[in-house]
Amino acid sequence: MQAIEIRRIIDPLPIYTMWLRELKRFLRVKARVVGSLLMPLFFLAFLGLPMSFASRIPVLEGIGYLDFLAPGIVGMTLLFSGTMSGASVIWDKEFGFLKEVLVAPVSRFSVILGRSLGGMTVALIQALVIVGIAVAMGVQLSSVSGFFLAIVIMILTCATFTGFGIIIATKLGNLEGFMAIMNLIVFPIFLLSGAFFPIQSMPSWLKYIMYINPLTYGVDGLRSTLIGVAAFPLWLDFTVLLVVCLALATLGSYFFSKMEAD
Amino acid sequence: MTGSPLIVRNLTKTFLPEKKGGKAFTAVNNVSFELKQGQILGLLGPNGAGKTTAVKMLCTILTPTAGSAKVCGYDIVQQKDKVRECIGIVFQDRAIDTFLTGKENLDFHARMYHLDRKTRQERVAEVLDLLDLRGKENVKISECSGGTQRRFEVARGFLNHPQVLFLDEPTLGMDVQARKNLWDYIKLLNEKEGITIILTTHYMEEADYLCHRVAIIDHGRIVAMDTPEKLKRAVGLNLISLQIAQDSSGSLVDSLKQLSWIKKIEARDGSLELSIDGGEERIPELIDFADSRGLVISSIKLYKPSLEDTFLHYTGKTIREEEGSLKELWKSWMRRTGGKK
Repeated sequence: MQAIEIRRIIDPLPIYTMWLRELKRFLRVKARVVGSLLMPLFFLAFLGLPMSFASRIPVLEGIGYLDFLAPGIVGMTLLFSGTMSGASVIWDKEFGFLKEVLVAPVSRFSVILGRSLGGMTVALIQALVIVGIAVAMGVQLSSVSGFFLAIVIMILTCATFTGFGIIIATKLGNLEGFMAIMNLIVFPIFLLSGAFFPIQSMPSWLKYIMYINPLTYGVDGLRSTLIGVAAFPLWLDFTVLLVVCLALATLGSYFFSKMEAD
Repeated sequence: MTGSPLIVRNLTKTFLPEKKGGKAFTAVNNVSFELKQGQILGLLGPNGAGKTTAVKMLCTILTPTAGSAKVCGYDIVQQKDKVRECIGIVFQDRAIDTFLTGKENLDFHARMYHLDRKTRQERVAEVLDLLDLRGKENVKISECSGGTQRRFEVARGFLNHPQVLFLDEPTLGMDVQARKNLWDYIKLLNEKEGITIILTTHYMEEADYLCHRVAIIDHGRIVAMDTPEKLKRAVGLNLISLQIAQDSSGSLVDSLKQLSWIKKIEARDGSLELSIDGGEERIPELIDFADSRGLVISSIKLYKPSLEDTFLHYTGKTIREEEGSLKELWKSWMRRTGGKK
């Protein structure tokens, strides 16, 4: 009896269907595939490379700026793609597709789970491509095991911001407001995540702001696993991300289940 | 399945005011009806009459304020998933993924309804054939014409073998040819698969052409519900206008008065207008009657009241009048958008 109930809430076929749709939609629009990789590439090529010629970061002796920046840009990709994927619930609602999904005999949790997994798969592929580009530009990865740990951190970071995107989408409910919020919240999260500068050398007031930013732990975790440099111990990054991720994902799927279809 | 596929009892939906001091708005007011298996029911009414709200409640998107309804024998509030499994719906606004092709949309839908691979492939092929969508199934929806998009939506609506299919303004904004085509497809579906269909419309011709039964809805209430024929008959009697070859209509008038089914006779410009009880079958009777008195009818014509007249009769306004009024349009727009902003 209980097994049937779980199968109703976590329904494999519809989850797979939603996942497949997200992937197809992404791959169908060539401009989106290229566009999503251009911005991180620009950051690495036009910020990371020149900066690595110009200066050294005093706190992190022996680390080039490009090596330092690369995990931050991977974090950025996860932030933007994750938030966008969660928030694209708005598009589905605006263009009516959500209604057709919600009258299907499928639990809302399965719908949002499949959708989010699809968006996360896309974001993860993007992040891995960025890692590849960074390596091609001369960034040295610390170890193979570190790389696999980095994937775990990537998944957590991505899930966190997908949940965040869903919350914004379900609470704001229209496209115009959403674009404003993207700029107002997502950019400060990105800029104050320690992607560009080491948190250790900041004044304490700025440190405290960065401490409450979940992306700080994502970027730090990626830095520690990918290039072996970090501000916090890895277990702390992992724990904070896991807790925030679970909280936001739960809240996001709750809001989604309460969302009016129309 | 036993019993009626659709039983609606005192269904009511009241939208609470958005702001304090606003007025609560009752979109659907105490609506009750039943429908037989395989019938097409038309909900006919102007914009903002509550048709779409009623349909949304029946397909479990909106929760009713009061009353209850059973679709395929399942309660629309208590057994949402059961209801969802046995219905299909085509929404008023476009609800199809424009980034995907028609076939991908159908596949997506089939999987969401838990159809296994074999059934899915068979059924998708079936509906593509039935709605004449072969050759278009691999085109991205955004590149299809409006009529084709709509046909894909209808195809999707009955993909899962629904017992009840809801069509919310299926031909809104279509050109005459595409509309006529879609009507024929809907008729075909109904006849071939025996699906019970509920469609909302504000086109008289549509209700008249397609529906076995029509419910006229105004301000959230069903003001009349019957077959289009009976609804029209209830409005008024059919009218026969006839001309007599010889100028001897005076004598005919007196003898016509003997016939019980002629309710009223008026002479106008050499022709007679008779209000009659009945339809076409009275024409030969009249000709025989005139014949037996040595009179020749040179022309005869039967006028039936249209569904338009019916609407006027029940609501006190024509449907076009209501549509054209700016205030009504504004109100209906407010009703549609007011709920979510």
